[in-house]
Amino acid sequence: MKDQDLNRTIDEITDSNPGHTTASAIKYIGLGLFFVGLLVFLGSLMMNDYKLTNQVLQKSIVGDEQQSQSSAQGGSGGGASRAGKSKKMIQLSAIEAEVQPMLGKTYTSQFAFISDLRTALATADETLTNENKMYSYQQGQYLMYITKAAGTGFLSDNLWLLFWLSIGLGCFGALMYFLPKLWLTLPGIQNDHIYHNPATKGKTIGIIMGSLLIGFYVVLYWYPEYIANWIAMVDPISYAIKGEEASQWFLYGLLYTLAIVVMGVRMFIKYRHSTYHMIRTGSVMFFQTAFAFLIPEILVALNKPYFDFKNIWPLHYDFFYDYSLNNLAGSGSLGLFMLVWGIALIIIGVPVFTYFYGKRWYCSWVCGCGGLAETMGDPHRQLSDKSLNAWKIERWMVHSVLVLVVIMTAGVLYTYWTGSSNVLGVSTYTVRSWYGFAIGSVFAGVIGVGFYPFMGNRVWCRFGCPLAAYLGLVQRFKSRFRITTNGGQCISCGNCSTYCEMGIDVRWYAQRGQNIVRSSCVGCGVCASVCPRGVLKLENGPEEGRFNEPKAFTITDDGIEMNKEMAA
Amino acid sequence: MHLAIIGNGVTGTTAARYVRKVKDWEITVISSETEHFFSRTALMYIYMGHMKYEHTKPYEDWFWGKNDINLVYDHVTDINIHKKELKLRDGSPIGYDKLVIATGSNTNKFGWPGQNLDGVQGLYSYPDLKLMEENTKDINRAAIVGGGLIGVEVAEMLHSRNIPVTFLVRETNYWDNALPKEEAQMVNREIRRHNYIDLHLETYLKEILADDNGRVRAVVTENGDKIPCQFVALTPGVHPNIELVEDSDIATNRGILVNHFFETNHEDIYAAGDCVEFTDAAEDAPPIEQLWYTGRKQGEALARILCGERKKYDRGIWFNSAKFFNIEWQTYGGVPPQLPEGIDTFYWEHDDGRHSMRINFDEQDRAISGINVMGIRLRHMVCEQWIKDGKSLEYMLQNLGDVMFDPEFSEKYEHAIIDYYNQLNPDKEQLKLKRERGLFDIFQFRNKETA
Repeated sequence: MKDQDLNRTIDEITDSNPGHTTASAIKYIGLGLFFVGLLVFLGSLMMNDYKLTNQVLQKSIVGDEQQSQSSAQGGSGGGASRAGKSKKMIQLSAIEAEVQPMLGKTYTSQFAFISDLRTALATADETLTNENKMYSYQQGQYLMYITKAAGTGFLSDNLWLLFWLSIGLGCFGALMYFLPKLWLTLPGIQNDHIYHNPATKGKTIGIIMGSLLIGFYVVLYWYPEYIANWIAMVDPISYAIKGEEASQWFLYGLLYTLAIVVMGVRMFIKYRHSTYHMIRTGSVMFFQTAFAFLIPEILVALNKPYFDFKNIWPLHYDFFYDYSLNNLAGSGSLGLFMLVWGIALIIIGVPVFTYFYGKRWYCSWVCGCGGLAETMGDPHRQLSDKSLNAWKIERWMVHSVLVLVVIMTAGVLYTYWTGSSNVLGVSTYTVRSWYGFAIGSVFAGVIGVGFYPFMGNRVWCRFGCPLAAYLGLVQRFKSRFRITTNGGQCISCGNCSTYCEMGIDVRWYAQRGQNIVRSSCVGCGVCASVCPRGVLKLENGPEEGRFNEPKAFTITDDGIEMNKEMAA
Repeated sequence: MHLAIIGNGVTGTTAARYVRKVKDWEITVISSETEHFFSRTALMYIYMGHMKYEHTKPYEDWFWGKNDINLVYDHVTDINIHKKELKLRDGSPIGYDKLVIATGSNTNKFGWPGQNLDGVQGLYSYPDLKLMEENTKDINRAAIVGGGLIGVEVAEMLHSRNIPVTFLVRETNYWDNALPKEEAQMVNREIRRHNYIDLHLETYLKEILADDNGRVRAVVTENGDKIPCQFVALTPGVHPNIELVEDSDIATNRGILVNHFFETNHEDIYAAGDCVEFTDAAEDAPPIEQLWYTGRKQGEALARILCGERKKYDRGIWFNSAKFFNIEWQTYGGVPPQLPEGIDTFYWEHDDGRHSMRINFDEQDRAISGINVMGIRLRHMVCEQWIKDGKSLEYMLQNLGDVMFDPEFSEKYEHAIIDYYNQLNPDKEQLKLKRERGLFDIFQFRNKETA
């Protein structure tokens, strides 16, 4: 072959895929659209003016049909609502008295408006008698709802438009970014450049992403008034689904579900060579969309208790709270069914399913936290700490949280049955509010998701989730599930350990021919997929032989002995 | 007692670890390659960005101190056999009572003109990897010379960076000196399925040309084709690294000569791993073994011998594995590229041309002698047991459900395989699967083989 011919051959192989350039272009346009959507989303926080009127106050406090934001927080039953309304009327007039200077004034700054309103609410509360006081929780709720209702201007006039230009465009752009990989890559493991990419190796872009997530959670939990515009933006959807205005929890549920669905599509594409990953990803997408998001909202629309049928105590830590029990008890046969269902899951569902399939049936197939971790968190799975030290900390922490939630719940039930809130000089209400703050909000939310780009996608599941601890105890001591190591085929490369989101040093076991039986394993199956030698297989089998001896070598007091299987 | 081990690869490290489990000797492991033991097999994944160097270390750094194994990061320049002392390049000499030489391999170079130019290299060690990182910066064309397991890895590495590759391979089909024709052709197809890789079979390298700065600018094949490139990977295999002992009294041929107790011609000096050549190798076993698995097994067997149980090294029923881009390969027993006398073969290939199963069996008693699978995972222990027990081809086919190791929910090939057998043997008794793996593995209740 002549030089020129060879050059042509090389050019041909370089361009052998004519669709390549187009697909790349689509990919980067998608990335651009995603960022435009993100910018519009952030910018929409500044796209309204705020004008307080009597109607706004009326609507936000007494409401047309507003049953407090309640759904996610338990909600008040029908009987109490009349008393609640008159209490709210009293609060309304106290507030009206304090906000006089604000009425009719147009604020261009959200911060100025919120600041004035916060002062007014606090002052109003001081004028109220004890039984009518709002305290800080109610003040916070009013602050958010009034801010949202007081919004006026470009955003309020174009809710749908802005929804599509921000959240909609973000999702669309992300999908455009993922889809071309169907043409750009061949099916198979796609971990190229993960440790070259500043977004996934725990550097710069990762730090920015983590900070945004942490900021989002802090605002969502404690300062929702500042994202009133976002909540307003999803009002039309909320009305369509349940005929009520949106709360910050509706916004959160919607974003959470969209994240799982959009990033779930990414999983479908990335792992299209593996039926196991396709099915389990489909499963978490389904459970999030139907069970965690739609069904509870529809229940509310039907005037039934908000209930997530797949959420299990102790992850669902307020299941036994008085308002939750009262709510279920006061909701007829459906409420009773929910109560029995919830308890059956705890005492029958968890042990039985975990015995047969390991904790994966929940953690990587059903759970919402697991669902987000397995989809949105997948790009960061390699960042989990694999050291022995981390394992020690993990065991102490996760089991401490389990003990804590049992104590907290026992106290709550004690109070529920005896009416006394005092146990050994400690108020059960204090314990439960601290648990909700420290574990339920800070650990599960801010750290659990916000730390994805720093400590991997299972920070909460690994170090904090009490249900994972409970499932893990069953998995470790009474289960048929294990990851089988295939004889002596391990080459100690380390892919399995690196890509274990739970920080299990899988290689430690694999290279000595030992099956992996660990309480923390959520059975995502990625170790088995990334193994280049087919060494690992997740399976359910007889308990006998589950804990096998290391195959290669056995050391006895008398000396070294080759294990039977390997000895020739 | 002081045991010194030269080389911290899998053989030296395994020996040190197992001796430590039994003896309280002083143990020193010396290496100039890396400070800590790492997995050589994972070099490609560092380049491709799947892992960082740290991830390739099978043990955390504290492990060595905790197990009282001294690590010396230095290069041994000379062994003084009479004084029982090792001379180091930087540090002061180290005495020993027993010595293990486990220095591994070096890349083969066959005296091609230009083989030592800048930008021409092999890939075996960690320094090689760092060199490759430098050598492939901002290049737009590369060549690979030699097709084996390292060659296809380098191709995959360069492919991950979209560097067009011309791949020169002497064999008629890829690695057909180890793989039977059908499997080798499957590898050809898999390589060619990837963009940027131009695989030239039956092509010999003649010379490598330099530019004005002494860097590679092109490779020339024996039929006179000139292929411009800025990087050349030489991957025609490896040979024992015996630089250290070449001029000493320790006997060498291609490798350091040892018997199956890893004893060299000097008392208290042992050698194991890639760097040795067995003087008493069995007829069907190669005298030099250069695999991760054999390195590990030799390290284990050597540890036992060092600890006083002088038992001959036996590599047992052969197994090996590799991955050619996205196709995994596993082999058990003997599957030579050419069918030996008295052995017949059953070969099934999926319609997609990317999955296959080959079972070699004795023509007389139909006992299976070797298994080769592409794109399918099998259970090591079951294959080994069946070969050991002399199970027949028909037994294996009927019990395929017990040997399959593919992930849950993945495509099941058992029916297609057994149907193909029945089709080939219409006169024979038609086989049936003994155990159906359920629609979902997840509902399996009876699965003894997993134990």
